[in-house]
Amino acid sequence: MWGDAWLVATKDLRIELRSKVGLSQVIPFGVVALVLFAFALGPDRVQMAKGAPGLFWVAVLFTTVLAVQRSVSVEASDGAQDGLRLAGLDPAGLFLGKGLAIALQLIVLEVILAVGVVLLYGASVTTLWLLAVSCLLGTVGLAATGTLYGALSAGLKVRETLLPFLFLPIVTPVLLAGTRCWQAALAGGTPADGSLWLRLLVVFDAVYIAVGVLAFGPIQESL
Amino acid sequence: MAPPPSPSPAVVLVDAVALSGRFPLLAGANVTIPAGQSVLVEGANGAGKTSLLRVMAGLIRLESGGISVLGLDPVAERRLLRRRIGLLGHASHLYDDLTVAENLRFAVRAAGGDVARIPAACERWGLVGRLGKTGTGKLSAGQRRRVALAIHTARWPELWLLDEPHAGLDAEARVLLDGLIAEAAASGVTVVVASHEVELVEPLVTRAVTVAGGRVVAEREVAHVG
Repeated sequence: MWGDAWLVATKDLRIELRSKVGLSQVIPFGVVALVLFAFALGPDRVQMAKGAPGLFWVAVLFTTVLAVQRSVSVEASDGAQDGLRLAGLDPAGLFLGKGLAIALQLIVLEVILAVGVVLLYGASVTTLWLLAVSCLLGTVGLAATGTLYGALSAGLKVRETLLPFLFLPIVTPVLLAGTRCWQAALAGGTPADGSLWLRLLVVFDAVYIAVGVLAFGPIQESL
Repeated sequence: MAPPPSPSPAVVLVDAVALSGRFPLLAGANVTIPAGQSVLVEGANGAGKTSLLRVMAGLIRLESGGISVLGLDPVAERRLLRRRIGLLGHASHLYDDLTVAENLRFAVRAAGGDVARIPAACERWGLVGRLGKTGTGKLSAGQRRRVALAIHTARWPELWLLDEPHAGLDAEARVLLDGLIAEAAASGVTVVVASHEVELVEPLVTRAVTVAGGRVVAEREVAHVG
């Protein structure tokens, strides 16, 4: 399973590095969203810093949709999806591999967006570990749900419009927990301030990884 | 190389019914293909040739009837089976943003094949030098077909399911393909070729089955003169 996961993840990451879609479209989209939010909030730095945690995660969520759609579209051309099925790869490995590739791209995006939040919104980070751990856990959850719902929508002609509709409501817990953790991290919160929300993220991740590992094979075969 | 053929049939389909929505792809197909035999599947457009091959590969689930491929159930034991079969369909299953060499390496490793066989397969299909480092998205349809065939050659599965394998190939590649099929058959591999180009495939097979309306309607031995 792990060998298959690594094989698929490195393949997807190589494709992204080669095509530069992530670098030239997905990440810039996240940055543009952040800038637009700043315009919408106006020049009040206090207001902007206050809204920074939620806006960061909204930008991450929207950008995740693009990253997932990209991951799905890579397998849609030239029957690549059938190629993966015919190779006899472990479906759990395939799920984990595609999720890992999305997660690594999201981590790069989040680092860039976090810098953007500090520069654009004037937010100052006081509890860096809480910020980092919440980002990591949130990323795992987004990648797992994104991979799962991306596979569900893969065989449909309306997948571009259906995916955000399915995906965004499902990841509300990530938005909520991530935002609360960031609020605590920016306000210099204690571990207790974020622990409840971190636990929510851990449960969310565990549930969607388990569902993905178990359901990815049947979903793939039903396409 | 594939192991010697087992005495049991490579493919058995009994009253196989497969649907796409409510449209019948197979409507009670019966066929038995002995291990090590090379078979032509012929029939008009929409007769069910491609569906027959995809059912054998486990890509289409049967609604009713029975199927056994290499002694395995293509649905319940799909992972085990798919590592032992190779389906060359209308698509090449290649990634445009990977080079020829990267596509080959990924496909062979994903299928549990031996990557040490890749250089010889590339040599055979003329995918050497600059072409090996070229992005697959820049290749012509015929070159993409060569890459797909090189993957097949490197993997060397036990059951080859070839759907219109000559399509898109130039004269030189068609000769190479014919040589490959003959070599595979001689090594004990079971080869099933669905094709309209009967005159090209008949010299390579020993039996032909005719498909019409999702059923196998005729079977004949193919005699080779000389």
